[in-house]
Parts: sequence; C-alpha cells; structure tokens
Amino acid sequence: MKRETWGSRAGFILAAVGSAIGLGNIWRFPYMAFDNGGGAFLIPYFFALITAGIPILLLEFSLGHKMKGSAPLSFAKLGRKYEWLGWWQVLISFVIAVYYVVIIGWAIAYTGYSFTLGWGEDTIAFFVGDFLHLTEGPFQLGGFQGLIVATTILAWLISFVVLYAGIKSGIEKASKIFMPILIVILLVVLVRGVTLPGAGAGLDMLFKPDFSKIFNAGVWVDAYGQIFFTLSIAFAIMVTYSSYLPEKSDLVNNAFITALLNCGFSVLSGIALFSIVGFMMHESGGELPAKLSGVFLAFATIPEAINQLPALQQLIGVLFFLSLTFAGLSSFISINEVVISSVSEKMALPRRKVVVGYTLVAGGVSLIFTTGAGLYILDIADHWVMGFGVVLSGVAEVILLGWVLKISDLRSHFEPISDFKIGKWWEFTIKIVTPLILGGSAVKNFVQEFSKPYGDYSIGALVAYGWTVALAILILGIVLGKTGWKDSSMLETSRSHN
Amino acid sequence: MSSSAIIFMIFGLLLTWGGAAVCIFIAMKKRDM
Repeated sequence: MKRETWGSRAGFILAAVGSAIGLGNIWRFPYMAFDNGGGAFLIPYFFALITAGIPILLLEFSLGHKMKGSAPLSFAKLGRKYEWLGWWQVLISFVIAVYYVVIIGWAIAYTGYSFTLGWGEDTIAFFVGDFLHLTEGPFQLGGFQGLIVATTILAWLISFVVLYAGIKSGIEKASKIFMPILIVILLVVLVRGVTLPGAGAGLDMLFKPDFSKIFNAGVWVDAYGQIFFTLSIAFAIMVTYSSYLPEKSDLVNNAFITALLNCGFSVLSGIALFSIVGFMMHESGGELPAKLSGVFLAFATIPEAINQLPALQQLIGVLFFLSLTFAGLSSFISINEVVISSVSEKMALPRRKVVVGYTLVAGGVSLIFTTGAGLYILDIADHWVMGFGVVLSGVAEVILLGWVLKISDLRSHFEPISDFKIGKWWEFTIKIVTPLILGGSAVKNFVQEFSKPYGDYSIGALVAYGWTVALAILILGIVLGKTGWKDSSMLETSRSHN
Repeated sequence: MSSSAIIFMIFGLLLTWGGAAVCIFIAMKKRDM
C-alpha cells in the first residue's frame, strides 16, 4: 500500500504548527509568563525551546520520517519490544481527544452566544450553572447537556470530514484554511485589545521583567513544561505527521519553523489577552480579574471583558471564540490522526473505514464529558494524562532513543537531507538535558500528588478518573504492543540516508 | 507601558516571528515551500 504524502512543504508546516497551536497557547502561556517573572520568563522559555523543544521536535520528525510510520509502527521497526511505547502515546492521544473535543464544543457554543452576549452579567454563574449545569461532584453525572452534545457532535463531524478526505486533501487543505484565518482573527482581537484604555498597564504586567524570579528553579521547570506541552511532544503526533513527508525533506529547518511559529503565536496571544486584562483593571479601578488562565479565563473572564467593551462587543466575542475553535480543531484533528493511522497500519485496514469506526467509538466515549460532571472528569483526566502520561512517555522516549538505541543513526538520517547541520549539541540535549528535565518534572509531579491530592476532589474520584485512566492506558499500551501485525511486511521498510 | 516591558515584548516578537521569518527565508531560497 503506497503511503500518502503531503502536497507541499508549506502544507506540512501549517499542519504541524496547527497541531502545536492549541488552547494552551491562548490560555496557558500568557498567565505562566505573568506569574513567573513577566518578560524575564522569556529567558528560561527560549532557553527551554532551544535545549529541549526543538531537539525533541527534531527527534520525533526524524523518527517518523526515517521509519515511515505512525508511532507504534516506528517504534516496532526499532524493535518489537519497543512498540508498547508507541501505543502508550496513541492511547494518551485518544484520552486527550475525547475530552478536548468537548472544550471545542463549548467554544462553538460560545461563538453563538457572542451574537447576543447570551452569557449575561454574571459570567461565572452562567458558565457553570446555565451552560454546564455543573453537578455537586464527579460521580453525579446529571445527564447529558443538549447544547454541549450538539456542538461536540459538530466538532466531531468537522474532524470526520477532514480526516476522511485524507492527508493531502483533508488535513493539509484544512490547515491551509484554518491557520491563516486563526492568525488574522488573533490580529484583529490584538489590535482591538491594544487600543483599549488600560492596555499598556496590562502589557506592563505581562512583559515588565522581574529578574529575581529566574533564580527560582520552579520557574525553569515551568518554562520547560510549557515548551514541552505547547509543541505537542510525546503525543505521537509529530512522528505521525513527519511520516507523510517525502524522501528529501529538510527536517531541521522544519522543526525550527514549527517551533518558532508556535511560540510566536503564544506571544501574540499574550499581548491580546493582557491588553484586555489591563482594560478590565482600568474599568474596575485596578482590580485584577480572579481567573487568568484555563477554561475560566476563556469562558468567564473574557465574556466579562467583552461585556465591558465600549464597542464591537459581538464582533470581538465571535472572533475570540472562533479563534479558540480553530486553534482547538487543528490540534484535535492531529490527535485523531495519531489513532487512525496507528490502527489502520496495525490491522491493515483501509484508512476511511478506520476513520468511520474511530469517530463513532471515540465520539461515543466523549459524550461522558458533555454531562453535568464533565468539567470535573475532564479536569482530573487532563491532570493525570498530561502530568503522568505525557511526561513519563516523553522520558521513556528520550531515554530509549538517546541511550538504549544509537541516537547518532537519527542524526545521520536527517543531516544529509537538511539544509543546515545541527551538530553534536543535539545529541547532548537528547541524552542529557531532556531526560534530566522531564525526569525531574515527573518526580515533582509524583511528590506533589502524594503530598497534596489534586484539587478539592475526593480520593475516590482521583483514583477513578485519574490513576485508573493513567494506569489503564499504560497497561493497554503494553498489551497492544504484544499483539501481532496483520501485514508483517510493514515492519520491514524504512528510509536510510546513511 | 514601561520601557523595559516594551524591550521584552519586542525581544519576544523578534525572537519568534523574526526567527521564523529567517528560517522561512532560508527554506524558500534553497528549496520550494
């Protein structure tokens, strides 16, 4: 079976950037910078980008490109005993997909509310009460919420149409539409934001450097964590996407462009959001909004800011929530592609059949997050899958590729086909820097978890939706790694430029 | 807005968008995009 390829280099880069740019760029990076030294945070942030982000991105690009396969196939080609790691990452992507889609559903619903400012005056009460119908706790499901079910299905339908059309006609075409629209929308919101009264004070909060913070080790861990999560690393996405690249592809420069555009988008989002935060403080006499990150920033603080705008309230509301929708959809599609390509290869099934089956199964599972307890379950699952699944699978990946296998083989794969040489420092970052940083983050997460349970949840809820999910996907990954391939000839082909 | 904040904002924008522009320029000069 001939492997599909991207139609152009720009198409691949836009798809990879689209995958990397997600909701976290909009609602995580700005707050992290503000909370960790403002402008001074950019120093550890860019240091982390150069010493971990770009090196791991390049590692994943070269693995997928050399092995011409999804993550399980790529790891299986390195040795059948490593295949489980690919499946673990695929299952991590599956869990993320089934809750991420619901947040996109919320963004679609809020795009609609923007036309009438339907969230009213008390935006927090509207979000948790009228919209989510949030129950008393994670075990009290409270029934499906009709509007959220409908918008979640709409997000699944968009993903289905794109993925069914394939790599070139689907993902590439969608990325070429979504990404320019996203940037234009962000620029419009940014221009509106920086022209509001008080915007300068907001930007001062975001960029005025507090150098004392960069001597704090926790700030560096946060910077590395932010870089790690923002580039969609250890989700198996970049391995999968690069497997569709043609033979002669400039992997080094592709990694630099993808990483820099993603981080550039984060900086622009920060400018847009904090100019709006400054405006809110200007209107309230200097009071800092209570929620400056995560879902409450997007679905409570921003609607409140929109209410206070002197003009163009509906337009800015629609554009902001459309930007969340597009940023979310491009990442969501890439996460789904990870699972689809892996299953299709393992079972030697036609891609379109897998797209249909996967959409139905994953779509069904995602409905649990549309219930009145959806936000609780989503919050716990996200915390465990990101904090343990992604971080630990990232540690396993860099140790396996850096230490167990011969890392120089990958360098001698990508250097001859790339426009510039990257040198031995790349091997050093993969073998030394990234295992230390990611291992440190994993240890920190474990210590935190056992010293103080996450959130205000009961232990039962944390075990059911957190530990169980995190452990189940690891065990299932190991089991899947032991099962046979329908077409074992797939395990024999790879590219070599040595 | 203070001058230090302006400097760091420009630093962030230059390093990311400027860096990406340089890489894209190299890519376009050497191969097709």
